[in-house]
Amino acid sequence: MHDFVQYVESYLGSDKTPGAAGNVFWATVYVLLVFVGLSVAVIAMNWLERKILAHMQVRLGPMRVGPHGLLQPIADALKLLLKEDIIPDGADKIVFWIAPFIVVLAAFTVFVVVPFGPTHAITDMNIGILFMLGVSSLSVLGIVTAGWASNSHYPLIGALRSSAQMVSYEVAMGLAVVSAILMTSLNATNTGTLSMIGIVEAQKQQEVWFLFKFFPLGIIAFAIFAIAMVAETNRAPFDLPEAESELTAGFHTEYSGFRWSLFFLAEYSAMIAVSSIAVTLWMGGWLRPFPNLLQGPTWDLAFSLFPGLTFLFLGGMCFYNTARMPKHPLFKIQTIGLAGFGALLALIGLLMFLPPIRDRVGDIFWFSAKVAGFMYLYIWYRGTFPRYRFDQLMKVGWKVLLPTGLALLILTALVGMRTELLAQVREVLR
Amino acid sequence: MSDPNTLSPLDLDTPDKTFLDANELVINMGPQHPATHGVLRVILRLDGEKVLGLECVIGYLHRGVEKIAENRTYTMFNPYVDRMDYVAAVSNGLGYCEAVEKLLSVEAPPRAQYIRVILTELNRIASHQLWLGTHALDIGAITPLFYTFRDREEILKIFEKYCGARLTTHAFRIGGLQYEAYDGFEKDVKAFCSFVKPKIDEYEELLTTNRIWLERTRGVGVISGKDCIALGVTGPVLRASGVQWDIRKALPYANYKNFDFEIPTGQNGDTYDRYIVRMIEMRQSLRIVEQAVEGIPEGPVMAKVPKVMKPPVGEVYHSIEAPKGELGYFIVSDGSTQPYRVRVRPPSFVNLQALDIMCRGQLVADVIAVIGTLDIVLGEVDR
Repeated sequence: MHDFVQYVESYLGSDKTPGAAGNVFWATVYVLLVFVGLSVAVIAMNWLERKILAHMQVRLGPMRVGPHGLLQPIADALKLLLKEDIIPDGADKIVFWIAPFIVVLAAFTVFVVVPFGPTHAITDMNIGILFMLGVSSLSVLGIVTAGWASNSHYPLIGALRSSAQMVSYEVAMGLAVVSAILMTSLNATNTGTLSMIGIVEAQKQQEVWFLFKFFPLGIIAFAIFAIAMVAETNRAPFDLPEAESELTAGFHTEYSGFRWSLFFLAEYSAMIAVSSIAVTLWMGGWLRPFPNLLQGPTWDLAFSLFPGLTFLFLGGMCFYNTARMPKHPLFKIQTIGLAGFGALLALIGLLMFLPPIRDRVGDIFWFSAKVAGFMYLYIWYRGTFPRYRFDQLMKVGWKVLLPTGLALLILTALVGMRTELLAQVREVLR
Repeated sequence: MSDPNTLSPLDLDTPDKTFLDANELVINMGPQHPATHGVLRVILRLDGEKVLGLECVIGYLHRGVEKIAENRTYTMFNPYVDRMDYVAAVSNGLGYCEAVEKLLSVEAPPRAQYIRVILTELNRIASHQLWLGTHALDIGAITPLFYTFRDREEILKIFEKYCGARLTTHAFRIGGLQYEAYDGFEKDVKAFCSFVKPKIDEYEELLTTNRIWLERTRGVGVISGKDCIALGVTGPVLRASGVQWDIRKALPYANYKNFDFEIPTGQNGDTYDRYIVRMIEMRQSLRIVEQAVEGIPEGPVMAKVPKVMKPPVGEVYHSIEAPKGELGYFIVSDGSTQPYRVRVRPPSFVNLQALDIMCRGQLVADVIAVIGTLDIVLGEVDR
């Protein structure tokens, strides 16, 4: 028992991730935390997407289940769990059964290396970014098997579209990622890194987000990635595999109940995963804004107040809306519920002002805030854009993004090596 | 696919091969499908994503409206026509009432004519708004649907205030109108006109110059003016192919000759041109409404028609420009209180013929776009 406590405590002073430190206990704790956090994020995204999309479309969205529809995702989850689990007669049962698990596994496994902070990651691999890209592209396997096993035309076409789409956009995505990785090698030792934590630390060391590095090269690489990542996660305007108006629901047409909800879960966690890559590679990961420009204990303190202030703001919004609730007796429970939710958020906000918590959640907060920005973009795209046609999608992927990505990679390399190159040129000229 | 017409017609009797050993895929779209605008069933023959040919299967909503007419008096049949093109019920009513009026040789009084024009043109806007919303939804833009439905609501409110019904209005009677315009009708209509103009700009802002929208609609579902005429295609589809044919101008009915408006035409006959034509049509309809509401004369709203209508023996064909195209009524009277035969020439039914020609050689996604751009209403196709 004493050994165990010591084993647990031995990690606390470490400045490494639990995986890198080899501490199984804390790694398990982190895995559970990430899993729970991700599930909560998906549930929150479900509600937020409906609400934000609704407000963009001059309607209210869910309003009945709980105050402002806050309990809607829970009601949906219950409904999905209680639904009849249908496997079509002609389906390949085993493959049909396995497909959603492949997708979910791929979508969740990538979070092993996502760095929420310098120590807040399950583990730190030296091939982190390759691991993320590799594992996340496994989900196409699940989609193809799902479409195939359904033994139905619409899912089959959806699966074909999906596989072609994901494979082609991975190429452009990879090129954009490589150009960011090239930037990590611009240090004294001229060695780059593929580690997710290393990439963020390189940005800190070079005192610039890779988004603004070699302007405009960084922004172009980021733009390529930002387009490819939408295609990669099958979201509007690239949501052809599940184009509702064409293929009813694409590859998951024949799925229902819990299996369908697994696809749903996987889609949203994949969105979060690719947004995490974008944040890590180009937007400084967990770093707070201006970590080098606005240095010193005063600025540190000011920025560490943000998490608590955000939660207090959200709580305040809840209280404001509680006051605006209809004063009808039938709304009593809803009003109390909303006030309670606001109180909970405010309490979390106050807790975040406590110094020990404040110091530990800062990086997670900034990382999540940046990812949340991407999540909002996803919803915004969906509310604004029509859907691409299949051939146009391929055209954008192969004829626009791929050549741009290649040119960008070469340019980044040239600009990165400009001093050496110039020295060579001078040598030759002399 | 240089000449799409040389393709052999769909042979649906050959057994459907499994997709393992076949290059062609026969896929059944509808009658329950989110984008077939009702219960249209389309059997597609695909090579991958490419459409080799298609066949429409209709009749799922057949209610025998024309047969019902033979067992109803002229007055009793009037509400039935609203159920054909239910998104433009007022136009249907106008066509029927005018056809019977022609048979009876009566004419609606001027005041009734003006109110009829206002309501019909408002209905045209409502119909185009519904078309725009669903068409954009089919192409994947989900937001315009809510914008158009929000604004269409204002039109339906005017209808509701006028006659109590919102959708199947039964607004007109043979010989004029049953109801005098309510107090504040002119004010409401004027308010609507100034309300909806910026809203149409708003729709255009979302779509007209949207890159993806352009790519999805330009060069999609092209049909030439010649083909349109050969197939009998009318309405905005015909005009987008460059043929300036609008019955409101060509064979003026009601009192359309009193109003100043333009007939928009396109050049390419593609989905984008049809979109533009309909957008301009909405603005032109507003123009007509504004002129009409300024000039409503005083007077009765009902002509002298007999209580029991017994039109003289004979036949009449009367057509109007419904939002979807030429809507014609052919009525044969045997001198009794009930028509001997009523034949409706619905624009949706005739326009749907063009689906095959417009879709061959295109992709599956284009079939959806083309069904949307044809603006069909299955209630009218099947009757």
